[in-house]
Amino acid sequence: MRIAVISGKGGTGKTTVAVSIGAIEEHPVMVDCDVDAPNMYLYYEGEDIKKGQFYGSELAVVDKDLCNKCGKCNNVCRYDAIDKGLVNDMKCEGCGACELVCPQKAITMVPQKTADTFITKIPNGIISRAKMDVGSDGSGKLITELRKNAELYQRGSKFTIVDGSPGVGCAVIASITANDAAIIVTEPTKSGMDDFIRVHKLCEHFGIPQYVCINKYDINEDITMDIENYCTDNGITVVGKIPYDETIIRSINELKPIVYYEDSKANYAIRNMWNKVKELVNKYEYKNIK
Amino acid sequence: MNISVLSGKGGTGKTTISTNLAVILGANYIDCDVEEPNGFLFLNPEDIKKREVKVEMPIIDKSKCTMCGACVKACRFNALAKTKNNIIVFEKLCHSCGACEIVCPTGALSYGERSIGIIEEGNKNGMVCKRGLLDIGEPMAVPILKQLLHELPNGINFLDSPPGTSCNVVNTLNYADGAILVTEPTAFGLHDLKMAVELVKGMNMPFGLIINKYDKENHILDDYIDKEGIKVLGYVPYKKEAAEEYSRGNMLIDMPEYKEAFINISETMKGVLL
Repeated sequence: MRIAVISGKGGTGKTTVAVSIGAIEEHPVMVDCDVDAPNMYLYYEGEDIKKGQFYGSELAVVDKDLCNKCGKCNNVCRYDAIDKGLVNDMKCEGCGACELVCPQKAITMVPQKTADTFITKIPNGIISRAKMDVGSDGSGKLITELRKNAELYQRGSKFTIVDGSPGVGCAVIASITANDAAIIVTEPTKSGMDDFIRVHKLCEHFGIPQYVCINKYDINEDITMDIENYCTDNGITVVGKIPYDETIIRSINELKPIVYYEDSKANYAIRNMWNKVKELVNKYEYKNIK
Repeated sequence: MNISVLSGKGGTGKTTISTNLAVILGANYIDCDVEEPNGFLFLNPEDIKKREVKVEMPIIDKSKCTMCGACVKACRFNALAKTKNNIIVFEKLCHSCGACEIVCPTGALSYGERSIGIIEEGNKNGMVCKRGLLDIGEPMAVPILKQLLHELPNGINFLDSPPGTSCNVVNTLNYADGAILVTEPTAFGLHDLKMAVELVKGMNMPFGLIINKYDKENHILDDYIDKEGIKVLGYVPYKKEAAEEYSRGNMLIDMPEYKEAFINISETMKGVLL
């Protein structure tokens, strides 16, 4: 079963939920798709058992000896990234148009390393993750690579948990596709609800079954109700409501998944939610096979 | 004068800081988080005007196309594919670079436009408020961001950045004269702050730090801030009432204690960034 945990925006408790599910299950494969700010591995004294380099883009490189500064490249570059053979590497998208028109054949497209990838072994499973070079393109391609890296380990595991990226763009699209379902973690704030609706529409657009988990539901019960009503109207199941719990702050600072704090209210809520998700996904699969 | 507000990750309070500071300083507010823009919920600007953002994509004239496949070979983004009797355009993967048009030997390829989102502009008490909004299902936010940043109003502009440190953030920083980093005193906050500092240092611009959800007892950030010599512009204290006001979409500066905190920050900020 492959489940993506997403949220539309950061800071809603996505990683808290994803890491908890990983701690409940026996041998989870986890994929940290929040490649901009990967936090999942911080919870573990993991060991990197495999490292790789990811070449996610290309850059125009000019041979100064061959370039005669004719400026033909200026005319075709739509990103304003080259000026008579001088390349602004922050602006170059690696499309190669300049290479095509250069009469001197002075331009070559050179692959650029944009991230380091890791398979990190943790006590009960593995995490596939990346450390992106600062300022690089956090593209869907990198996320697809992380999921490919995780595939080798998926055979021995019943559950793959994808910690999604924030937003509704390229990176999230790559995080949610090819999963059995997405758990959308939201919080009862005006902005949280706004973000939730956008990411819900995204899941709908790509046909991903979705379940909603309202984190800190008791900080604003009116908006919690609004979210629940919205879900009812749109046929989405609310699978869990996590109360505001000071223990979560402790768990983040002690870097231990919240489900290890047995007396915490959030622990109960997350365990219940996860049981419900498993039940619903199984039913959905059964229905589809029939 | 453009000031970018960034944080390494989401949920640290970028929007809270940018909207409240913009109001205190009478500056303009530009929401650059085009995937999930939230600033308008707090500022409630009026007289909103909308404009579509269009990108270009190839259109193939079948009567001229000889199916040679040169365009497919030239496209580095896999936006074109050749099937048995067709060239297919995957418009969402297209970066509108024009390489396919350059190589087409028969002139079968031209460029057309399609819309991927909108830019909205309104005002609130003399402040210009702008934001970009990416259509759901569209993967690429950068063209909206570029257009949004290309036409900034005069005066001081607060650029509420997208989360993270990737291309969208770099694009925002390309238009900034200075940066405000926002963090919170947690292990994750520190981890993400380091990435944001690396980014602004690499771009060689003046910057200062605001610690949100501040708690006097907590010293987790102190060593790092000292070691890097980072200028702290101020602190926004953590209070349950503030979280409640935020949840309702209200401004923190409507509370006297927070108003004072933001006035102090704006004064310090003038010395560092303006």
